[in-house]
Amino acid sequence: MRKTSLDCVYKLAQYNKRVVFIGSDLGPGVLDIMKQKMPERFFMEGVSEQHVIGMAAGMAIEGYIPYVNTIATFITRRCYEQIALDVCLQNLPIRLIANGGGLVYAPLGPTHLAVEDIAIMRALPNMTVVAPCDADEMKRFMDKTINWPNPIYIRLAKGYDKVISNEKYGFEIGKAIVMKQPKEGLFITTGVMTQLAIQAAKKLEESGISCGIMHMHTIKPLDHDALNQWLPKVNGVVTVEEHTRIGGLGSAILEHCSDEMPEQIEKIFRMGLPDNFSDKYGSQNSLLEHFGITIDSLCIAMQMQLRK
Amino acid sequence: MNILDTRSKELRKMVVQMVEAERRGHIGPALSIIEIIRVLYDTFLKYDPTNPFWPERDRFILSKGHGCLALYAVLADKGFFPKKELYNFCKHDSILGGHPERNKAPGIEATTGALGHGLPIGVGIAIAGKIQKKNHRVVVITGDGEINEGSVWETAMSAAKHQLSNLIVMIDYNKFQSYGPTIEVLDLEPLADKWRSFGFEVDEVDGHDVAALEELTTRLPLNISKPTAIICHTIKGKGFPFAEGNAAWHHKSGLKDEEINAMYDCLK
Repeated sequence: MRKTSLDCVYKLAQYNKRVVFIGSDLGPGVLDIMKQKMPERFFMEGVSEQHVIGMAAGMAIEGYIPYVNTIATFITRRCYEQIALDVCLQNLPIRLIANGGGLVYAPLGPTHLAVEDIAIMRALPNMTVVAPCDADEMKRFMDKTINWPNPIYIRLAKGYDKVISNEKYGFEIGKAIVMKQPKEGLFITTGVMTQLAIQAAKKLEESGISCGIMHMHTIKPLDHDALNQWLPKVNGVVTVEEHTRIGGLGSAILEHCSDEMPEQIEKIFRMGLPDNFSDKYGSQNSLLEHFGITIDSLCIAMQMQLRK
Repeated sequence: MNILDTRSKELRKMVVQMVEAERRGHIGPALSIIEIIRVLYDTFLKYDPTNPFWPERDRFILSKGHGCLALYAVLADKGFFPKKELYNFCKHDSILGGHPERNKAPGIEATTGALGHGLPIGVGIAIAGKIQKKNHRVVVITGDGEINEGSVWETAMSAAKHQLSNLIVMIDYNKFQSYGPTIEVLDLEPLADKWRSFGFEVDEVDGHDVAALEELTTRLPLNISKPTAIICHTIKGKGFPFAEGNAAWHHKSGLKDEEINAMYDCLK
């Protein structure tokens, strides 16, 4: 997914001269082709995230569309004020490509886990927050980033994840994709958690429980229409995110329900990470299991919601 | 010690008119940069007040956004907006807030207020200018307290790396920050050597000496392959003896009639 997103930046840059790429201190060879073919629009600025965001803002003020890339924790926490004031307050078309959203960097420990990134990005006015589910969807999404007028936070997963999206779904920023129409229950997911929910839905189907999948790739702006359409039609909803339960996808959905359809709230169960720093290493999958986000736990959560 | 000429006094009167509106404002930090901004707009910067985003303009960023009273006075004086706007400073619907905002007041290039933001933005603008092979210059005024911020030095390294000769940083070295003297809060010395070691061509000037500032601007950029840093030695609160070097005048709220009158009296 990461490679795809960066390849897309180069492709976009080939036909749009306003596209520039700014990295901090990425791995050797990243976007070498762009560096060779268009060195005047390729920047590797060093470990200086505050500077990088300000510099991107200056270039955006002058009409460029900067695609900024570094690790998710550093592109969110370290330079949050720059994102708030330089990018969002001035509403500039900067794209923040965040490597390793969620638990991807599990072996590197809590300093490198981006588990509150959606919450803090979502809190900023003008910011758009998108978490594609696989590399194919990333391609369709990146094409849409050129003309989107606001800043975008792009949450990347580990990479080489199974492709579950389909060309037929299309992609519009802010429009949820119903991958499977719901009957009794509905999983609402974002990022690669959609992959997990699909497997959970299959397992539930074997037990005679039919659940739909709503892939909410865009957490902000949230697709209120899709929620208004589908929530009243199901008996139980489980939201799943690789993110703290505070302020992410589940919170956004509950906020919407609280404002517009409070009668739906009790249907909803939020699955996400607990409110503590990880004290384990291992792998993304082992941490997900440690924090209780597994196919089995999704199934149990849905069954409990449907028994209500 | 510099004697303020009529124009410098007139600009200061406009500052007092602004703070009179809501009885508040960052007075000391504005008074130290009035001559710098005056000279930039009188003799150096290219701009068109009737077309603030004229593509060929030079870009000016007041990174120490809290010094905006000085910038607002000069922008009004140059016709970017009517002088009557000054009387609305900090009022509910004003275009002139306590810190300058892009797209609110004509002539404001970038929103500033939180410190350490203007120089990175200026570097981005300067790089964009170089890519486009444009000739406009980017001038950024930073405070001295402001350059405590690490972001300033991250960006300084980048400006040198990219050989941004179109970038001019002017440091308002009034030697006071909010709490007190910079030498006590976080000493900046050796300041010129710091900028030199970061890859800038450096000069120093009396930031209230109009003739010296004008002469200096004729020599910019100081080096055709390096960014420029000008250390402007200034006096916080310049022009009002009771405010000069007085940390209590960094920001004032609830200004009393006698304080307003005292400021006007200094400008007679």
